[in-house]
Amino acid sequence: MSDDQHGHAPRSFWRRYVFATDHKVIGLQYFFTSWVFLLIGFTMVLLMRWELAYPGTPIPFVGRLISPLLAPGGIMTGELYNSLGAMHGTLMIFLGIVPLGFAAFGNYILPLQIGADDMAFPRINMASYWLYFVGGVLMLSSFILPGGAAQSGWTSYAPLAEFNPGQTTWLVSMVLIITSSLLGAINFLTTGINMRAPGLSLFRLPVFVWAQLVTSVLLLLAFPPLEAAAVLQLMDRVLHTSFFIPAGLVVLGTKVAASGGGSPLLWEHLFWFLGHPEVYVLLLPAMGIVCEIIAANTRKPLHGYKIIVYSMLAIGVLSFVVWAHHMFVSGMSPMLGNFFLVTTMIISVPSVAILTSMIYSLQGGSIRFSVPMLFALAFMPLFGIGGLTGLPLGLTVTDIYLHDTYYIIGHFHYVVVTGSIIALMGGVYHWFPKWFGRKMNDFWGKVHFWGSVAAMNGVFFPMFIIGLHGESRRLYDPTAQIHNLPAHYWHIVSTVSAGLLMLFQLPFIINVIHGIFWGEKTQENPWKATTLEWACPSPPPHGNFEKPPRVYHDPYGYSVPGYREDWLPQNVEWEGA
Amino acid sequence: MSYAFNWGLPPAAASFAPEIDSGIALIHWAMLIIFVLWGAFFTYLLIRYRHRADVGVSLDDTTHSLKSLVPDVIVMIFEIGLIIFYAIPVWAHIKMKFPGGNEDPVELNVIAQQFAWNVQYPGPDGKFGRRKPELINFYNPIGLDLTDPAAQDDVVLANEIHLPAGAKALIHLSTLDVIHSFGVPEFRLKQDAVPGMEIPVWVKPTQAGTYELACAQLCGFAHSLMTGVVVVQSPDQYQAWLKSRAPAKPQQAAAPGANF
Ligand code: HEM
Ligand SMILES: [Cu+2]
Ligand SMILES: [Cu+2]
Repeated sequence: MSDDQHGHAPRSFWRRYVFATDHKVIGLQYFFTSWVFLLIGFTMVLLMRWELAYPGTPIPFVGRLISPLLAPGGIMTGELYNSLGAMHGTLMIFLGIVPLGFAAFGNYILPLQIGADDMAFPRINMASYWLYFVGGVLMLSSFILPGGAAQSGWTSYAPLAEFNPGQTTWLVSMVLIITSSLLGAINFLTTGINMRAPGLSLFRLPVFVWAQLVTSVLLLLAFPPLEAAAVLQLMDRVLHTSFFIPAGLVVLGTKVAASGGGSPLLWEHLFWFLGHPEVYVLLLPAMGIVCEIIAANTRKPLHGYKIIVYSMLAIGVLSFVVWAHHMFVSGMSPMLGNFFLVTTMIISVPSVAILTSMIYSLQGGSIRFSVPMLFALAFMPLFGIGGLTGLPLGLTVTDIYLHDTYYIIGHFHYVVVTGSIIALMGGVYHWFPKWFGRKMNDFWGKVHFWGSVAAMNGVFFPMFIIGLHGESRRLYDPTAQIHNLPAHYWHIVSTVSAGLLMLFQLPFIINVIHGIFWGEKTQENPWKATTLEWACPSPPPHGNFEKPPRVYHDPYGYSVPGYREDWLPQNVEWEGA
Repeated sequence: MSYAFNWGLPPAAASFAPEIDSGIALIHWAMLIIFVLWGAFFTYLLIRYRHRADVGVSLDDTTHSLKSLVPDVIVMIFEIGLIIFYAIPVWAHIKMKFPGGNEDPVELNVIAQQFAWNVQYPGPDGKFGRRKPELINFYNPIGLDLTDPAAQDDVVLANEIHLPAGAKALIHLSTLDVIHSFGVPEFRLKQDAVPGMEIPVWVKPTQAGTYELACAQLCGFAHSLMTGVVVVQSPDQYQAWLKSRAPAKPQQAAAPGANF
């Protein structure tokens, strides 16, 4: 198992903090790296938001700093807009939320919650972080490499992606990032299944661990097809194969020299075969975090623990048979549309069950409105909006109109921003004392919370209105189309809110940095929580537990009748239970 | 319906548009009702069960309760209804049953390219002239083969489609280079054009007027400029327009190349 199981933490700085094998250090490496990528991706979209609200005007402050090739006179070109759009999507998803929700939280918390001393394969863990890091840096540096950054959306649809500059770097980075996630998934699964503390049966696992395990399965099964597809597209570009290029194409007046026989729809199928499970990769860890926070802050067991677990498993299976709901008007057989319509409606069932269990968990509780709980509570209605607005997009007929409009941009940002990101932020406040033995400031936490929630709604709600007016996504100048003009002022509302959203991240960033060094010291278990991660010192030493814990109870032993405290830790033996 | 609140949708101008609109309206009302009821319950719980020093926790039968499945059953019934009575039949009507036979639709080819919409009408003979990719050049954007007799009377236009109101039109949608999407918001119509495929699309415009055709799938740096107009005319005006165009030689009729 861990290569220095009985030894001490490695002494040299490099082995301890850079090429680390300790799951906690790797977790924090992922944590800081992914927040940096999220901030960069957010900054990119701020530039795009300026262009959307005030197309054709110079970007204030930074416009002149951008190369005149991309932004002459500080005015964004279509090429730059498309690059920023593709990079925003890619960074946020593959370099931001997945590494944060899955790799950062998973690495730090999962081994602790199952009472393990480390991950099953510490060196693979290190490899997975460094592949991610190199892939991410390569992705970002594509802005200064020949060809520039990719311009074909995060979906890289063929054949546009075959002809556009910049896509080669994108594909190579993606292969690295995917490999990293695959290694992580294998590691998490092995650890979660084989290294559980004695007594910790599967149905005693915290929901967060279940969420991570289902996420690992999704990554493990959904990523290989995309990796293969990315390699095929790479070959199309550099070796002039034509897996995704049909014969007889003429681009800008020139006949394409490709043997043909390929199919653009094949790429779409392969992409979305990953793409949809990916949505749940973004979401499940967030749901797991929300469940942990709710249990600790209502002082009662989760309502419907088993329903939640079975729902997550059901989502895991079903998410592999809904992919083509992204392709209703793609030109695939309309008959096929009916199949994916039905599966899409079915997958809403387990999601509703999870959300319902969360809300019933509040009933009868004694709700503490701590900062993490505020985030967990905000998750519920806001993710609800994201889920509900998926309905008209999942229905073939209404999707004909709403497909590829701002409505879908609003929909999935409600899911990933006011859903996943809100939950992940809550997770930071919740587990910060575990990581650093110190607390984040409550007042500034609340400022961050209320400011962000208000601003997020200001950014994304207008997108539903713009979308219902029929405006397409991915337009670098929406005002070039007259039917977009009536709703255009909503773009300004959205842009101003996006600026405010950035501003409200300052208290968060400062709070984290301040908390690490100067935050108020806390006890080992500040939330009086029951799961195993709180049964070792905060921060845990190398090897985590002083002696391997033994588990006696279900994960959420809150307010157990007859017990002297209102929480009964999983590792405390008590006759009355 | 026209003056009622319509969720921000633009005016409807095709025969199937009201069917799409009523679905959008129904679902949004349902979403609103679900959200308000849910939100009210949520707010009640937050107030009723806030932490108070003298009130403890009341435990319900948590692990085995099926209460969480009740909203699910309601949502399921609603969704099954939508699928059976709305989505499947209307979808078949719009995307699977194409006009033909005695309906005698107006037929035209729409051939997308970066960043323009080329349009080909068969002309008086009712036959589309042959197209060959190797003939494509600035003056012959669709590669019309003029040695083909059927091509002689074809009408070729750029970024402009004419359709008669009240009649079905059958559009054969294709593309020369990358994926584009044929979208006309007032028609509530959207269909991707895929390289290597010819995809049929039908529409029956109901209101005379000029509508914007805008590409709805990212196709390159000038994607947002890839627009055109759809001119819906009374059948008489349409016939007159067609006649005024038909005798002209295709080379002259064709607006050259892309729109810049
Ligand atoms: C935090 C603030 C965020 C803002 C203000 C924002 C804003 C936007 C906007 C305006 C677009 C549409 C661009 C266009 O259609 O031209 C967009 C696209 C997108 N966003 Fe975000 N976003 C944010 C966060 C996120 C996050 C956290 C994720 C990820 C999981 C994400 C994933 C995407 C994706 C995948 C696209 C589509 C990119 C494409 O068209 O290829 N965004 N975002
Ligand atoms: Cu999907
Ligand atoms: Cu386009």
